[in-house]
Amino acid sequence: MKSKIRRTKEDWIVDIIVYLIAIIVAVSIILPFMQVITISMSPSSVVNRNGFHLIPTEFDFSGYTKIMSDDNFWHSYLNTIIRAVIGTAACVAITVLTAYPLSKKNLPHRKGIMLFIVFTMYFSGGMIPTYLLIKNLGLLNNFLVYILPCLVTGFALIITRNFFMTIPEALEESAKIDGASNFKILLRIYLPLATPVIATISLWYCVQHWNSWMDNMLYVTDNSLYVLQYLLQTILNSGQTPDMEQAVGIAVHTETMKMAALVLSLIPIVCLYPFLQKYFIKGMIVGSVKG
Amino acid sequence: MKEKLLKPARKHSMWNFREHYIMLIPGIIFFLVFCYGPMYGLIIAFQDFYPLKGISGSSFVGLKHFKALFTNPFFLSVLRNTLIISLYKLLICFPAPILFCLALNEIKRTGFKKVVQSISYLPHFVSWVVVSGIFIEFLSPSRGPINIILQNLGFEPIFFIADPKYFRGVLVLTDMWKSIGWGSIVYLAAITNVDPALYEAAEIDGAGRIKQIIHVTLPAIMPIVTVMFIMESGKILNDSFQQVYNFLTPTTYEVGDVISTFVYRMGILNMQYSFTTAVDLFKNTISFILVVVTNAIARRTSDYGLW
Repeated sequence: MKSKIRRTKEDWIVDIIVYLIAIIVAVSIILPFMQVITISMSPSSVVNRNGFHLIPTEFDFSGYTKIMSDDNFWHSYLNTIIRAVIGTAACVAITVLTAYPLSKKNLPHRKGIMLFIVFTMYFSGGMIPTYLLIKNLGLLNNFLVYILPCLVTGFALIITRNFFMTIPEALEESAKIDGASNFKILLRIYLPLATPVIATISLWYCVQHWNSWMDNMLYVTDNSLYVLQYLLQTILNSGQTPDMEQAVGIAVHTETMKMAALVLSLIPIVCLYPFLQKYFIKGMIVGSVKG
Repeated sequence: MKEKLLKPARKHSMWNFREHYIMLIPGIIFFLVFCYGPMYGLIIAFQDFYPLKGISGSSFVGLKHFKALFTNPFFLSVLRNTLIISLYKLLICFPAPILFCLALNEIKRTGFKKVVQSISYLPHFVSWVVVSGIFIEFLSPSRGPINIILQNLGFEPIFFIADPKYFRGVLVLTDMWKSIGWGSIVYLAAITNVDPALYEAAEIDGAGRIKQIIHVTLPAIMPIVTVMFIMESGKILNDSFQQVYNFLTPTTYEVGDVISTFVYRMGILNMQYSFTTAVDLFKNTISFILVVVTNAIARRTSDYGLW
């Protein structure tokens, strides 16, 4: 009904500004991706030609075939997949296992344990002591270094715990009368009810693992253990000085290969994107409301 | 009656919760080893640490490294860079999602709005390695669209990433690019809680759309804006290593080198373990105090706040 009322001048002005903002944001996010995708599938003669490279004019997938025939690339891709799968599973398991007891309001010393955990969210030993610790534990150049040091994130733990706290205790009590152990209660009652939050934290950890490269840079020098993001960084940085930028071909990795590698690293994120949107936003809202 | 019978049982209840405590063991061990372990390692900030001798074998030197901090010209410039970049980000990247969310809220075509939202969230899921790769390409002097436009207008192309004049701008803009959509979610959530009757009432009172934004939408998100602002300003010393490291080149050290990249270069690469640990401890302590204070203020202003 309201739409039938004549639009005022103010309505027009507001609409124009508002749509302009939305379009500017959307376009400025898409354009850089478009350039990357275009360059990744163009022949190098086109790439070096002057002019815009936002929509592909000629197609040449040699960048992809070259980067795909690179063993290091596949190896790091595989490492990252393994890491993401094992890492996510381990992270979720430990997070759930820790969150469940902490969701019990009358657990003795609950406050103290929470303080013990929350303190680590705000204060850390820093890069060097962590490095020395990892070194002393013998985790340098060890696959476990990708998994163990990032097992639990305080934030994920808190949103899981908060969700568990909303599950009515009556359910638990009836199971207890039937003689179920706490572990069984967690597995049979809490987990099925908590699927949305489990999905959120799984995707969360998964993206974190997929995108992580600092642990590789700091703790791993063995080529065969490289993860995708770090390899990508070395590929992108190869031959990237101002004067060399003009002279494509001297560097081992041409511009098209670099961009092809970049696009390939994004594919899983794009595939997961619908789920990411759905569950991350939920987690974000749950998490921001109250710890 | 029943209550009274149960109470004594709960008092000696640590034993009753034994299963719960067993479940806590792996998590607690994790936090002890990987979070509190490095904190023990902070001792080396007060030592002349030699890796071969270990923490117990190295000699204590008191506050030597902390005194060295304030006479070290590099550290002072790095501290200044960190503060300036954080301040720019606070001034520019903080209001951007608010403006974006106000704009989205005014868009009535749900299809268009959803598409814009979906696009705007995408960069959040992309690592800084990829973002820097994308922008080094996008801002390249030979192929970047901005430079091509500049060239067509008769200007010299600008090498944004390597030019000290533009480097901080690049950091601020890429941060905004990555966070504008994601940052708006919190505010959009606050807006959805607004009672639609308020808008109707405002309309009946003759308020146009601009007035509705100012008097209905903005007050609705103001509490969370305040809280977010207070908490963001508490993070002013927490530079983003992942971002800066991927963009930084030696030509831009003077304007872009921040505490964490400095610690990485001096500590991991040059093995000045004690000095860089002192740098980190100095930063972490101040930032911890700032975060705790700002969080306490945030909690007082409303019931939001992470903790």
